[in-house]
Amino acid sequence: MFRLEKRPTPSTFWIYATPFLAVALTMVAGGILFAILGKDPVAAIKLIFFDPLFSADYASYARPQLLVKAGPLILIAIGLSLGFRAGIWNIGAEGQYVIGALCGAAAGLAFFPTDSRWVFPLMVAAGALGGFLWAMIPAILRTKFNTNEILVSLLLVYVAKQLIASAALNFLRNPDGAGFPGSRNLAQIPAMANPELIPGTGLHWGGVAAILAVAVAYVMLQRHILGYQIKLAGQAPRAARFAGVNSDRLIILCMGFSGALAGMAGFFEVSGPAGQITIDFGAGYGFTAIIVAFLGRLNPIGIFFAGLLMALTYIGGELAQLVLGLPAAAIQAFQGMLLFFLLAVDLLANYRIRFILPGAR
Amino acid sequence: MTDTPLLALQGISKSYPGVKANEDVSFRIGAGHIHALLGENGAGKSTLVKMIYGLVRPDAGTMSLSGAPFAPSAPREARARGVAMVFQHFSLFDALNVAENVALGMDHAPAPRALAGRIREVSAGYGLPLDPDRLVGDLSAGERQRVEIIRCLLQEPRLLIMDEPTSVLTPQEVEILFGTLRQLAAEGTSILYISHKLEEIRALCNEATVLRRGKVVGTADPRQATARELAEMMVGTTLTPPARARRDLGEVALAVDHLTLPALSAFGTSLTDVTLQVRAGEVLGIGGVAGNGQDELLLALSGEVRARPDAILLGGRPVGAMGPNERRHAGLLTAPEERLGHAAAPDMSLIENAFLTGADRKRLTRNGFVDWRETQIFAEDVIKTFDVRTPGPGVAARALSGGNLQKFVIGREILQNPFVIVVNQPTWGVDAAAAAFIRQALLDRASAGAAVLVISQDIDEILEIADKFAALNGGRLSEPVPTEGLTVDRIGLMLGGAHGLSGTDEVQHVPA
Repeated sequence: MFRLEKRPTPSTFWIYATPFLAVALTMVAGGILFAILGKDPVAAIKLIFFDPLFSADYASYARPQLLVKAGPLILIAIGLSLGFRAGIWNIGAEGQYVIGALCGAAAGLAFFPTDSRWVFPLMVAAGALGGFLWAMIPAILRTKFNTNEILVSLLLVYVAKQLIASAALNFLRNPDGAGFPGSRNLAQIPAMANPELIPGTGLHWGGVAAILAVAVAYVMLQRHILGYQIKLAGQAPRAARFAGVNSDRLIILCMGFSGALAGMAGFFEVSGPAGQITIDFGAGYGFTAIIVAFLGRLNPIGIFFAGLLMALTYIGGELAQLVLGLPAAAIQAFQGMLLFFLLAVDLLANYRIRFILPGAR
Repeated sequence: MTDTPLLALQGISKSYPGVKANEDVSFRIGAGHIHALLGENGAGKSTLVKMIYGLVRPDAGTMSLSGAPFAPSAPREARARGVAMVFQHFSLFDALNVAENVALGMDHAPAPRALAGRIREVSAGYGLPLDPDRLVGDLSAGERQRVEIIRCLLQEPRLLIMDEPTSVLTPQEVEILFGTLRQLAAEGTSILYISHKLEEIRALCNEATVLRRGKVVGTADPRQATARELAEMMVGTTLTPPARARRDLGEVALAVDHLTLPALSAFGTSLTDVTLQVRAGEVLGIGGVAGNGQDELLLALSGEVRARPDAILLGGRPVGAMGPNERRHAGLLTAPEERLGHAAAPDMSLIENAFLTGADRKRLTRNGFVDWRETQIFAEDVIKTFDVRTPGPGVAARALSGGNLQKFVIGREILQNPFVIVVNQPTWGVDAAAAAFIRQALLDRASAGAAVLVISQDIDEILEIADKFAALNGGRLSEPVPTEGLTVDRIGLMLGGAHGLSGTDEVQHVPA
């Protein structure tokens, strides 16, 4: 028999150790899953975690993909983590990401053709503004009418997807595209492209923005009064009111910030790796970023590494599908296990396990 | 007392690491008697009844029930022997109805329909109206308590233990409860009644055992003894007000002018036409049964709930529409009743909690950034000056004992040199030494020229430190009267008074 006992103070050791323990447990459970599917578990785990970075056959393609995929995940997750810490649940980052891509691309294409060097910063700003405004819908509904921001932001994802599909078919359709849906390819327009900055690394402006966001969020949470208010509002809402924290202002700030970052991520994606607005733009980064935010324990540094790890499982997962023929569902289950184990062992930080001998009181 | 007492305790002791909760406690309860267990917070009352109910095992000593040895190792055993207990905090499920809740707490619950019938029978028989089909979530605190009591009564106990039952009740509900308890006693059920409220005990009980620091310090017949005698036994000293220097009163520092606020929630209390004045150097005590508007009054004064601007005047300046931080800036500091979660964030360190209210007055920010070094110095200052027992300022607030955290919370406000300080239940759940320390600190602050407003359910505390007393009842505040020469009887009258008693007609002859 065992039971859980609340620790008087959270254990610093376990706060840092739980992510590693969760990854280790995921490898074990995932290995069992792969073995049941008749694949060599060691080879599969190696293919997911190791080969994308170090194998001579796959690394040249897979390694740059790491930053390409981790960039938007980190950027979005940083924004989300601030709200999550304050108890504000923006679940619709995917929608803000899509709208950011739409607004950023539209702002640039409005000036087509141009080679002004101001058009790219303008597009970044338009992308951020688009995401910000899209996030303001649930934020203002929440502060004015006390609606549930989880539902509103989530449902707006589907609205956003309809909007971008419509844009790809109508007002943003490439006039020179022979009638095919989809916008002009931004990656092929020098003034609007978001290219790989250092060849072979996969780093584009989105990655730079992600690193900046990590640094800003870290300093804000550690030192700035706003970071203090965010933490206070999340941990003890009544104490926050007592401390004079304006909860409406905090909701607007957190939703707006996460929306703007998600919008920016969307624009960097559409002007770089994706290239154009398409009917089905949006690869689920906005949802995966929620996992990344929690995997990183809502801590900016943690999110940075969690984003890289998550990107790795995506790339490695695709590789395992190709090489070993693992079904896509197995890879998704594997990624789900990661979150599951993280949340499960999370409680070790605040609780200790006491083993009780049967019969003893 | 009958020859064979129903329950007899002989030499009961119980220690926890660092504390002797009970030491050599002996007393006996006769059949059909209402026995009071009296003592301050932390005197060891709860530990003692937990041992009788089988939740805790004594280290030493013996108990007997109707002459037979009694050593329950679990509440189930205690219940089987006819001991039932109503806890201070209810263990009910809001989403279930009354009958389902009752069934969950019984060892051998009858069929649902039969149970509902039994509940109706018992509730009618004992004057405790209760519909078994209602959802517990819709019930008032008093009705919830009835659910607990009826659950106990259905098991036909020989001994019913009631732990601080009236702290959540309105005066009317208290009367109903007392009627039930008297009826039970008349039918032969013994009642062990735990409280620190003297007037209740004098009204209800016919025996009393007084505990102080875990030991029995005396027994009394509460119908004969005065409240003062009982209080002196409880506290252990003759009740002379502590070092309360004659203070020169200054201008009116805090004025509340016809403050009316709607209830904040379905179960809240609305404030109606509250008017009061506190002068610099003065201590005003506001008493009342829990749930009569104390929390609402504190929220209105702290700025967490806004009022019209001139409903609250600070040194003549309207502050009613200001938020908490603007009021702090203006010199109005407050300490709410609930320490963990309201006055302090449980999972944050004492340093972070020092920043919670001290940011502005202690100048702990630079261009929006927190100066953690200065904040730590402030936290250490509070810890040192108010003798907060903690390994260091980096410890989470929830790791501190109630008394130590309360010292930290009060100290945090006092060390910011408030012009007006408002505290709600400053010594609730605090041991006697810490309570004396906190009271003295409040008095010292008044001597230094601040206006002090103490909201408390502890009448003795108000008598000890306040210059004036006002009663809060159903969200209305009586006219403040000087505490000098005020009897406990008179206070009881003011507290329990009908709403019409507040202010004008009753208290007018007392010079303000």
